[in-house]
Amino acid sequence: MLQMPMPIYERMIGQARGGFPLEVCGILGGKGNIVSAIYPMTNTDASRDHFMMDPREQFSVVKALRSQELEMLAVYHSHPATPARLSDEDLRLAFTPDISYVIVSLADPSAPEVRSFRIADKKVGSEELKIIHG
Amino acid sequence: MNLTVNGKKAAIADKESLSISGLLDELNVADPLYVTVELNGDIMERINFDSTLVRDGDEIEFLYFMGGGRG
Repeated sequence: MLQMPMPIYERMIGQARGGFPLEVCGILGGKGNIVSAIYPMTNTDASRDHFMMDPREQFSVVKALRSQELEMLAVYHSHPATPARLSDEDLRLAFTPDISYVIVSLADPSAPEVRSFRIADKKVGSEELKIIHG
Repeated sequence: MNLTVNGKKAAIADKESLSISGLLDELNVADPLYVTVELNGDIMERINFDSTLVRDGDEIEFLYFMGGGRG
């Protein structure tokens, strides 16, 4: 299970809406399974159906997390027009181990859907996403 | 050889020479073709992974490509 404070959940959706119709992406940090930090990242592909992070930004975020004694808990990206599921390409390119992969779908713009997944041995499993209120 | 790898001290068995590719192998890094490496603060070109040697005291960061598509 991945636990996420509402402000971070809302910021992620806001980024997805702000970047629409392009895919947006970012990194979530925290401790254990509780997210406490969000780092919106540049989608260097600037594409409607692809994303790629800038390694320089990635290194910067990894070091920032380390300095706060936080871990990278998840990578997120948006699907502007398709459901909240990992595509075959998302799965093929998910190399970072032991993190969650979060998708923000704007397929229904009035009701964004956010789902989290874990990957083991190239097999995808859905993961409970608990939003922390207050 | 004493290195700092992803912020942690790492003792690597002394060798006559150790390239970045060799280090990734020593560290059993899976999917090294999709790894980006920073050596002492400089991002390395993949083409130089075999020819660039690491030295005692070096700081190495590596992370995986992050991307996806056709969502």
